[in-house]
Amino acid sequence: MAKNWWKILAVLIVIYTIIAGFLLPVPRLDILNETIRNLYFHVPIWFAMLFLMGVSVYQSIMYLGSNKIKKDIIAVETANVGIVFSVLGILTGMLWARYTWGTWWTTDTKLNGVAITFLIYTAYFILRSSIEDEQKKARISAIYNIFAFVMMIVFVMILPRMSASLHPGNGGNPAFGKFDLDNTMRMVFYPACIAWIMIGCWVAQLRVRMGILTKKIIYDETV
Amino acid sequence: MMKLFRNILTCILLVVGTLTMHAQAPAGNVQMADGFYAEGKIYVVIGVVAIVFIGLAVYLFMIERKVKKLEEALKEKK
Repeated sequence: MAKNWWKILAVLIVIYTIIAGFLLPVPRLDILNETIRNLYFHVPIWFAMLFLMGVSVYQSIMYLGSNKIKKDIIAVETANVGIVFSVLGILTGMLWARYTWGTWWTTDTKLNGVAITFLIYTAYFILRSSIEDEQKKARISAIYNIFAFVMMIVFVMILPRMSASLHPGNGGNPAFGKFDLDNTMRMVFYPACIAWIMIGCWVAQLRVRMGILTKKIIYDETV
Repeated sequence: MMKLFRNILTCILLVVGTLTMHAQAPAGNVQMADGFYAEGKIYVVIGVVAIVFIGLAVYLFMIERKVKKLEEALKEKK
């Protein structure tokens, strides 16, 4: 258990954000109303996703430098959990949009950007499953992963900021500004981001360990 | 593991049981723990979200233990 203290900490922090996120006062804003509390759950999911994709591309680059198959396993499993988090982020965002913007989906640059990102990473897994040879699979998918990460940054972080967007934080539409994130909200929002990143790492770590076990048991390889 | 499940289930049943008994309490000025009915019953929603998340966390810890067992089993085999 000594090694697992951060997992317990992550769970405790998320429980804190659930309770404090519902109970602490929030700014009274038109249209948003109480849905402003979604900030504690929807946004940290995306931060966790970005973090996991960052770990994934880092491990891919490390793989290309070392040819160690463990790095490839970490890269693919973190990307896998990242995909799950992006689906959660898209679904929570859609529900939020339905009750604030009035529609499940619009052709907003941010929304279309994350949809394209989702497809890019889906292609990463399809690419992997189409190559038999292990080292070849790891090498080609590592190179594709670098491309995918850069495209994600362009579609999610850069393009939405260069055009008009409904989504806060884009196109002159502020997020984390002093008007929509006061100090009480920061007390919940920042811990939530850290905790969800830790939860994502935990799930990814479990998947990596299962991947290594699979390699050892089924293919009888040392990783 | 089954024992843990049974204990968790008993706890949940007990909590649900007290909630229904609470609902049958007569109206009036009698002092009761009415907090969960206040403010449009938002506290019930907090409870539900917390239960869902704690359930998932317990599940993750159970997977954690299983993976650890497999890792140790493999180590012994070698």
